[in-house]
Amino acid sequence: MRIPDRRLSRRRALLAGGALAIAPWLPARADDRDIANIAALAAFLAGRRPRWERMRLDLPGLADNGQAVPMKIVVDGPFAPGPYVKAIRLFSQRNPVPEMATFEFPVAVERVEVDSRIRLAGTQRIVAVATMSDEALFAAGADVVVTIDACMDGT
Amino acid sequence: MWRALAVFVACFAGGAPAQERLLPLSELRSGVTFAGANVRAMQADDLANPGMLWVERGETLWNRSAASSGKACASCHGAAQTSMRGVAAHYPKYVGDASAVLDLEARINDCRTRRQQVPALARESEDLLALSAFVAYQSRGAPLAVSVDGAARAAFDRGREFYFQRHGQMNIACTQCHDQNWGKRLLAETISQGNPTAFPGYRLEWQSLGSLQRRLRACLFGIRAEMPAPGAPELTDLELYLAWRAQGLPLEAPGVRR
Amino acid sequence: MPDARISVPQEAPRGKPFEVRILIRHPMETGYRTDDTGKPIPRNVVTMLTCRYNGETVFSARLSPGIAANPYLRFFVTARESGELAFDWVDDRGVRGSERATVTVV
Repeated sequence: MRIPDRRLSRRRALLAGGALAIAPWLPARADDRDIANIAALAAFLAGRRPRWERMRLDLPGLADNGQAVPMKIVVDGPFAPGPYVKAIRLFSQRNPVPEMATFEFPVAVERVEVDSRIRLAGTQRIVAVATMSDEALFAAGADVVVTIDACMDGT
Repeated sequence: MWRALAVFVACFAGGAPAQERLLPLSELRSGVTFAGANVRAMQADDLANPGMLWVERGETLWNRSAASSGKACASCHGAAQTSMRGVAAHYPKYVGDASAVLDLEARINDCRTRRQQVPALARESEDLLALSAFVAYQSRGAPLAVSVDGAARAAFDRGREFYFQRHGQMNIACTQCHDQNWGKRLLAETISQGNPTAFPGYRLEWQSLGSLQRRLRACLFGIRAEMPAPGAPELTDLELYLAWRAQGLPLEAPGVRR
Repeated sequence: MPDARISVPQEAPRGKPFEVRILIRHPMETGYRTDDTGKPIPRNVVTMLTCRYNGETVFSARLSPGIAANPYLRFFVTARESGELAFDWVDDRGVRGSERATVTVV
């Protein structure tokens, strides 16, 4: 059996370098499209662009039930002595109320994690945005598929 | 499949051994094993399990003296952690005083009216759910063990018949999904064996804790059958059959299901 | 009658974050459901939850119908001095709930 050669060949190195060089000029990443797709998010950002890094939004790809979907938000530290997380906002693409929640941290904390259970009105994208104490913005998005029950519950 | 047919025929030939289950203990699986990881995690975590809110409320009610009689559940039963330990795992059960097979909720109401001299609580009312969740919680981990002989036999036979009978517009019998097709997918869900160990339990769809009877009514609605009213005897009969069918499996109340 | 369940460590090392968990009993009624007669059920959700640590607000959550019934929250607080964590919340109807927990900082 031929074992693939994983060493970085000169050809590959040149290609990788070239890609890095032109990356800033490539079309906006898919996540920036969220700003266009979620009006409430665009309104909050008011022209600012968040960095789509440093933040994790964990949601199941397929929800057991749209009524209660477990969610975890993590913003990676370390923070001290620099800017700390002041607030995290959660936006929904499809819910009737698109501003799902705002979590505020008036006192800096080194471990920024928020777990909750959210309600989703159907399959959609969710975006979380963290505002730092120096007003920098970080964001993360996740897609959740919400299906109907196999058997209707009329109780 | 032939075994199923043999038991099915024997059931209606009368004189069938009540101990012959289609799913022996070694093959029995709780509904939690068919649930997704998130639902399982929610059930396993007592702080995150919303059903525990009803258990806590039930404890308060257990200790609350009725204004009329001055009696609380605790007046006769003391600490539920002791007196109710393992009790719920034996329900539904034939209760001589009531001359009927009662499920846990009916038994609580029987106690309330007969001994505590207070009115019965409505099925699926917050207080009855809380009390039954609290009492059932004292049996968490206890294997289901119901008696289907003697005075309970008639209810058991009716429950078994109901389970094997086709119902509703879809003309489906419980056994077709839960004995013959468990483990298979129905839309995005996996069909369980239909064991009642999670109840009273928190169903995400209900956004509330609910009784086994509510879950059975929901199932019947799902196959477009007429739902018996809450507390109807056919639901208690079916509960008894399901408890017998699942005996040996530990009670999980309050369980969490989707 | 207990409105919520709280989990806070009994002891927390000074200067380090400790985990706080709360589960509140509340229907978080969205306002988009109707009852059996077709009548809309009015919206009633917990709109604000605050966590004060020895009197200072360390965490707050503004919620909406997008948070599931019987809201559950887990977050972290930096351990400074031993004392009390005070949880207070209010819903659309103005009904308030509160719970207290103590933490010993070592």
